[in-house]
Amino acid sequence: MPHSEPYISLKGIRRIYGQGDTEVRALDGVDIEIKRGEFVAIMGPSGSGKSTAMNLIGCLDRPTSGTYRFNGLEIAGLAGDERALIRRHYLAFIYQGYNLLARTSALDNVELPLIYKCIGKRERRERALHALDLVGLKGREMHDPSQLSGGQQQRVAIARALAGDPHVVLADEPTGNLDTQRSREIMELIVELRRTSGLTIIMVTHDEEIAEYASRLIWMVDGRVHNDRQLKDAA
Amino acid sequence: MLWDMTKLAHKSIFRNALRSCLTVLGVVIGVASVIAMLTLGQGSSEQVIADVEKMGTNVIVVRPGQRGMGPRANSTAARPFDIKDVDALEEALPEIDAAAPISSLQGTIVAGTENHRAQITATDQRYLVASDWPLALGRNFSASETRSGKPVCILGQTVRQELFGTADPLDQPVRIKKMSCNVIGVLSEKGASSIGADQDDVVLVPLRTYQRRLTGKDDVSVIYMSVIDGTSTGQAIREVENLMRELRRIAPGDEDDFSVIDMKQVASMLTSITGVLTGLLSAVAAVSLLVGGIGIMNIMLVSVTERTREIGIRLAVGAQTHQVLMQFLIEAVALSLLGGLVGIVLGLGLAAIGAHWIDIPFVPNLGVILLAFVFSAIVGAAFGYYPARAAANLDPIEALRHE
Repeated sequence: MPHSEPYISLKGIRRIYGQGDTEVRALDGVDIEIKRGEFVAIMGPSGSGKSTAMNLIGCLDRPTSGTYRFNGLEIAGLAGDERALIRRHYLAFIYQGYNLLARTSALDNVELPLIYKCIGKRERRERALHALDLVGLKGREMHDPSQLSGGQQQRVAIARALAGDPHVVLADEPTGNLDTQRSREIMELIVELRRTSGLTIIMVTHDEEIAEYASRLIWMVDGRVHNDRQLKDAA
Repeated sequence: MLWDMTKLAHKSIFRNALRSCLTVLGVVIGVASVIAMLTLGQGSSEQVIADVEKMGTNVIVVRPGQRGMGPRANSTAARPFDIKDVDALEEALPEIDAAAPISSLQGTIVAGTENHRAQITATDQRYLVASDWPLALGRNFSASETRSGKPVCILGQTVRQELFGTADPLDQPVRIKKMSCNVIGVLSEKGASSIGADQDDVVLVPLRTYQRRLTGKDDVSVIYMSVIDGTSTGQAIREVENLMRELRRIAPGDEDDFSVIDMKQVASMLTSITGVLTGLLSAVAAVSLLVGGIGIMNIMLVSVTERTREIGIRLAVGAQTHQVLMQFLIEAVALSLLGGLVGIVLGLGLAAIGAHWIDIPFVPNLGVILLAFVFSAIVGAAFGYYPARAAANLDPIEALRHE
C-alpha cells in the first residue's frame, strides 16, 4: 500500500513562549515525518524541546507557527475542544509519573478513556479487564495505585493507553521512575504490544539503553532536530 | 455520559465524606431554618384562625382611645368607660346578647402556703356568657354579689393547679393582693391564646369588689360583648359605635375616642403579624442559605486546585471543556441538593418539635419543601459554576505538571 502522505508530519514547527526579551524558542523550525507503525525515540539534553515536541504531537499544545498534519488532518489551527477529540480517538499517553487517578481502582483508571469515548458500561469493563490482562495485572483489577508498585502502576497506565485502542501512543520518559530491571520489563512489554497491535509509538527518554528499543532515534538540540536515524528494528 | 458523571460526583463526594459534610453544613442550616420558620409560621397562622373560631367570631371588644392594639394603644389618652356604658350598650342594642365590663391588673394570689402571680380580671356575671366560657366547678357570680361587691372569686385552671393542686378549691379562702375572698367556682380550661399567653392563668373577681378594694377607681378598661347568633357583626359594630359616640358626647365630625373591633379583625391583625414575622425570620434564614452557597463555592475551588492533576488526566484522555465543566457542576449541585435534603428533613423535624413545644399545629407544606429543594439546586449551580469553569479552562499541560 503506497503511502502518499506520512501519518504524522511536522513542517517548520516553532513554539515560542513569552514575548520580547523573555522570549523562549522551545522549538525553532522542526520538521519530522513519522510513518504508521514506527517506534520513534526522541532524545536530547534538557531544554532541547523534546517534551514540547511531544506535547505538540500529542495535541495538548498548539504551535506558534508551522503546519502539523495528523492522519491527513491539519491540527495546528484546531481549537482546544477539537484537539481533545483527536486525543480521545487517536492518541494515548504514558507518563514518567504514571498519572493515575488516586484512590481509584486499576480497573476504573483503565476505563477512564473509554468513558469519554462513550462506550457502554459492559463493553468498557470487558475491554479494561482485557487490557489489564495483557499487561500482566490479572487479579489486581481492584487495587488502588497506592497498593501497587511503581512497575505495576506503569503497567496500569499502559493498560489505560491500550484500552482506548489508539493509533499512536506517546510515552514521556516511561521508565524514568523505575529501576533497571523494572525498566527492561516495561520496555519489553511495550515492544511486545507494538509487535502485536501495530501501534505507532513516540517516546521521549534520557536513557540510551531505553532508546535502543526503538526503531528510529531523533536527537534534538536547541529546539531543532540534530540527528535522525534508523536503528535496527527489533520487530 | 450524564449518568457516569453523576456516579463520579457521588464517588468524589463520599471519598471526602467529612469534608463534604462540612461543606454542605451551611446549606443544611440554611434550608433547615427556612423550612422550620415557614412551617412554624404556617402553623401559628392556623392556630390564630382556630383560636378565633374557638373564641367565637361573634365577639366585639370596645376599648378607649383609637387603635385597638399595638404600641400606640390609648395614645389619645381617652376617658375610660364605666359600668353605666356597659349597661346602656346591653339594654339599648337588641343585637347584643351580653356585654361585660373588664378591668385587670397583675397580682399575687395566696392560698395557705402557696402563692402565685396571675392576671386579676374584674368583671361581672355576664362575662361567662359574653366570652362563652363555661365553668368546670362551682357557680358564676350572682347579680347581688356583683352589685354589692362581695369578696368572692372564680379561678382559672392554671391558678387552681398552682394553688390547690388536685384538692377541691371550692369555698376555700384565698388572698388576692390585700383582699381575702372565697372561691366560688373554677373555669374550664381554655389553653394558650394565639399570641402564646396562658388564658387560664387568671382569677375573676366582681368588678365592684375590684374597684372598691383593689384600685379605688370606677374605671372599666374594656367592654366585651357577644352578638346574638344570626346577626351581622358589621351591623352590630356600627350600632355600638353610634351609641358610644352618644354616651361619650362626641360632636359630629370629631373623631371617636374609642375603638370597636371584632375577632375577625383581631384574627387578621394577628395573622398579618405572624406573616410579617415569618417573612423576616425566613429572610434571615435565606441569608444563611446564601452563606452556605459561598461555602460550597469555596470548597469547590479548593477541590479544583487539589484535583488539578486529575483534571489534566481527564483532558489528556480526551475530555472536552464542557465535560469537565459538567462534572464539577454536577458535583456542586449534588452536594447542594444533598444538603438541601438533609436540611428539609432537619427543618421539618425542628418544626415538628417546635410546634409541639409551643402548642401549635404542625403544618408541613409541600410547596415550601419543593421550593427549598429547587432553591438548593440553584444555589449549587450558581456557586458551583465559577469553580467548574475554572476547572474546565485549565491548560492540560500545566494541569498534568501540577504537583
